[in-house]
Amino acid sequence: MIRISANPAIDTAIKLVAVAACMFAFVFVVMVPLYNVLCDALGINGKTSGQAYTAVQSGVDEERTVTIQFVATNNEGMPWEFSPGKTVMKVHPGASNDTVFYAFNPLPKDMVAQAIPSVSPSRAAGYFHKTECFCFNQQPLAGESSAEMPLVFIVDRDLPRDIHTITLSYTIFDVTDMAGAAVATR
Amino acid sequence: MGDHHHGPAKGLSRWLFTTNHKDIGTMYLWFSFAMFILGGSFAMIIRAELFQPGMQLVDPLFFNQMTTLHGLVMVFGAIMPSFVGLANWMIPMMIGAPDMALPRMNNWSFWILPPAFLLLASTLFMEGGAPQAGWTFYAPLSTTYAPPSVTIFIFCIHVLGISSIMGSINIIATVMNLRAPGMTYMKMPLFVWTWLITAFLLVAVMPVLAGAVTMMLMDVHFGTSFFSAAGGGDPVLFQHVFWFFGHPEVYIIILPAFGVVSQIIPAFSRKPLFGYDSMVYATASIAFLSFIVWAHHMYTVGMPIAGELFFMYATMLIAVPTGVKVFNWISTMWRGALTFETPMLFSLGFLVLFTIGGFTGLMLSIAPADFQYHDSYFVVAHFHYVMVAGAVFSMTAAVYYWLPKWCGRMYNETMGKTHFWISFIGFNLTFFPQHFVGLAGMPRRIPDYALQFTDFNMMSSIGAFIYGSSQILFLYNVIATIVAGKPTSDEKVWDGAEGLEWTVPTPAPYHTFETPPKIDPVHAHS
Amino acid sequence: MFLRAKRLGALALGPVLMLVGLLCAGTAAAASKVNEVNMSPGATSVGQSIFDLHMTIFWICVIIGVLVFGVMFYSIYYHRKSRGVTPATFHESTKVEIAWTVVPFFILVAMAVPATSTLLEIYDFEDAEMDVLITGYQWKWKYEYLNETGDNVQFFSNLRTPQGEIYNTEEKGEHYLLEVDEPLVIPVDTKVRFLVTANDVIHAWWVPELAVKKDAIPGFINETWTHATEEGVYRGQCAELCGKDHGFMPIVVNVVSKEEYATWIGEKQAEAAEIKKLMAQSFTLDELMERGKGVYDRSCAACHGAGGEGGLGKPIAGSPIATGDLSGHLEVGINGVPGTAMQAFGGQLNDVDMAAVITYQRNAFGNNMGDMVQPIDVFNHKKG
Repeated sequence: MIRISANPAIDTAIKLVAVAACMFAFVFVVMVPLYNVLCDALGINGKTSGQAYTAVQSGVDEERTVTIQFVATNNEGMPWEFSPGKTVMKVHPGASNDTVFYAFNPLPKDMVAQAIPSVSPSRAAGYFHKTECFCFNQQPLAGESSAEMPLVFIVDRDLPRDIHTITLSYTIFDVTDMAGAAVATR
Repeated sequence: MGDHHHGPAKGLSRWLFTTNHKDIGTMYLWFSFAMFILGGSFAMIIRAELFQPGMQLVDPLFFNQMTTLHGLVMVFGAIMPSFVGLANWMIPMMIGAPDMALPRMNNWSFWILPPAFLLLASTLFMEGGAPQAGWTFYAPLSTTYAPPSVTIFIFCIHVLGISSIMGSINIIATVMNLRAPGMTYMKMPLFVWTWLITAFLLVAVMPVLAGAVTMMLMDVHFGTSFFSAAGGGDPVLFQHVFWFFGHPEVYIIILPAFGVVSQIIPAFSRKPLFGYDSMVYATASIAFLSFIVWAHHMYTVGMPIAGELFFMYATMLIAVPTGVKVFNWISTMWRGALTFETPMLFSLGFLVLFTIGGFTGLMLSIAPADFQYHDSYFVVAHFHYVMVAGAVFSMTAAVYYWLPKWCGRMYNETMGKTHFWISFIGFNLTFFPQHFVGLAGMPRRIPDYALQFTDFNMMSSIGAFIYGSSQILFLYNVIATIVAGKPTSDEKVWDGAEGLEWTVPTPAPYHTFETPPKIDPVHAHS
Repeated sequence: MFLRAKRLGALALGPVLMLVGLLCAGTAAAASKVNEVNMSPGATSVGQSIFDLHMTIFWICVIIGVLVFGVMFYSIYYHRKSRGVTPATFHESTKVEIAWTVVPFFILVAMAVPATSTLLEIYDFEDAEMDVLITGYQWKWKYEYLNETGDNVQFFSNLRTPQGEIYNTEEKGEHYLLEVDEPLVIPVDTKVRFLVTANDVIHAWWVPELAVKKDAIPGFINETWTHATEEGVYRGQCAELCGKDHGFMPIVVNVVSKEEYATWIGEKQAEAAEIKKLMAQSFTLDELMERGKGVYDRSCAACHGAGGEGGLGKPIAGSPIATGDLSGHLEVGINGVPGTAMQAFGGQLNDVDMAAVITYQRNAFGNNMGDMVQPIDVFNHKKG
């Protein structure tokens, strides 16, 4: 055992302070990143990857059809009209599908939004790949204008057999202030 | 430590600058009792509002501030400091040490507490009111939707966290370095053991709470998004971090209580503690398990089934070491020669009611059943059975048990027994019916309720007023003892009591064990 | 001696019997539900499984409790010093200690088996016949029936209990605090999947008799389901502290026959289409006044009086708001007055009804403002 101080009590105390400091750091260095890793791996809260999917699926499984439901929710204080272009799609695993979400900013000012995806059932989250998504970035929209926001996705061929329906929900948040702050600090 | 024989300084400076473990222990005990009364009066407001359906006394927002402050004050202001005070008084006397290992830090760890709680209580008078998101303060109710006082609240949590960590470091340093020669670890009284393990838990998890509130602070003021989905964070992360602290915290509260009861039951059974070794191992395994069960507080957040199963199985396992402890206490009583003075009555009250709380805990660990119990009054009943009948009853037992040693005067036994029976009846009247309304569907933390819950809530409120007023009797009895109790100079106040603290004169002099005592190598732990 | 032991046993059993007695009494009185002391098996097979599991564990605990407390009270009685006993000195027994570590472990394993199977049953989300999106708001619920065509039926469900009952100026009704203006309606014998999310803070959607409790987390969706086998009205509440009116956001679910449900959803869709049409339309003052009177009588009269004379709320007749600036009036109607009993009606009334009732208030009870509000004005006000 390393002795830091000649006084054994102070030696113990210093080591324990170090333990406490490590535990404080543990929250930020281990718990937060680990939670995010586990979310991605286990689909906690139906979180999907924030990165574009680039791998290639080995062909389309024409035998199987999966129903995809789209749901749009506005968080508190978000005045945009936000809705899926299609509420339901029937897709084959392995195939690339595209759809859009509509957004309309009714206010006379430029705004920035962030859409947060969530997939249900959560164990399907890891099998729902987005090759292109408006949720990868913050979406600016000028005042009183509208936009079609694209989404391209592939349902993995390895999706568990007992899953027939996947719901993809987007909650849209007003991040105009946050985006402004980010620009200011840059 | 030049002059070994000086007595206490005079006046206020004795208390402000003291480094004496007995003085600091006394201050901790009085402070925690003051907080107990404060947190208790919040509870009285809650129960008065819930006496009948409809809003009568307070508005819903103030009600939420009451539930929040009641929890925070009771957990961090009353129960934890009371056991730290007891540790300060008793640990040096139990292991034959002259004082705590780090006396100056001991002074600081106490003196930062009162300002922190004063500040916390002052948030009641601030714009937007006190924190109102419950003692578990889940984000985003406690961040984006919090009143401005949240910043003060975070500061207070930091201060009392630092106080707890300093207190724990001191206890560990004392136990590891200042044991009298021959006082091996496996000879230490169980109270010392449970506190040693508790102190390690505190050093490990108080920084986690500090981390959680630091993230809150950054979210509120510095534009980070740890707990907000908008910036890529997750409100559920808060719950994981909180309960990673919160579940060990529950054992931080109950383990010293186990220690107290393990001292008192043998004394009044006139028989050594049964299964000392297994008590130590059971305490250690409870402490270990407490780190891997936190998510059982979150069965309804929508975890993957593998998570639910893991946390369910791990939680159920805690019943094994806890059961061992209960069986050991009962075996200690078995074929002893029992008497039922007040400390023993409170310990038996603890044993019965804590076991009931353990049973409901086992029921709550079953994830599918918890989908019905979660956040209902059943949970409120459960944790008051372990927190109040567990921690507070054992603390009360400890005060009656050691008070004669502390002040050299005997408390009034009749009044003590009366206090016990009023507490016992009042407690059960308060919390037993809460099992019923919880199972029947009453959610917790609501200021008003549907009509079918009326009778049981009324019973509960009456019980709470009885239990609350019994504390006045307690206060009176303690003050009467200190001022005018029957003097006693027996070293062993209780004929069945064992341990070094009973070898020093009564009342315990300002300095004890300045020369280490001789430990009888044959005679095991007390 | 034997007799005494028996008496003691009875003593130890006392608290347990009290509990059991109360449970039985509770079952007998289940019809009225007042002073119910136990969980309800409810109207679903999952609820029944949970109830059975709950009772199994309860009885295991009771048996262990009787044994443990029995031994304890025996000891308290027979091993008291006043009986002149000499204390024994034993303080360990490896065999006994191993036994009481191992035996509880196997009891726990026995409990874990039914617990696991019930959990698996609950986690089987597949093959739902319909989906409802539930969104928690401070402090109300929104229900949205998802369907393939995209014109989802959606509405808010608000507490219906009048403020007068809550603040004790009126007698409390039978379903005090557990009644809403528009309940969730679902068909019987149908697996209904609920997607649960929140708009602001965390809420939890709990209906005990449907055996459903799920946290509603802002930004994410959670999934749960029910399959009610009995028609009826089931009531629940928000279970996660969500701020000031956490205690005032009840849930009411009407489980109806499949035919009734089909009729109901058909009406709802027609109504939604009708509102959509009306939204784009302009109304005459008379049309607005007629519609507005109906809305006023339903939504305002309870507090403001049938003749606008006031009551729990302020008078409308001659009110500075109703005879003042139009946008100020809209603001109060849509967003309420914080800190008072005046709720925000913007989420409760559709834009047509809001326009009508504001117009009505400005032109009735002697308030002859002569101006009127069109649905599009309400829409624009809401959008800021």
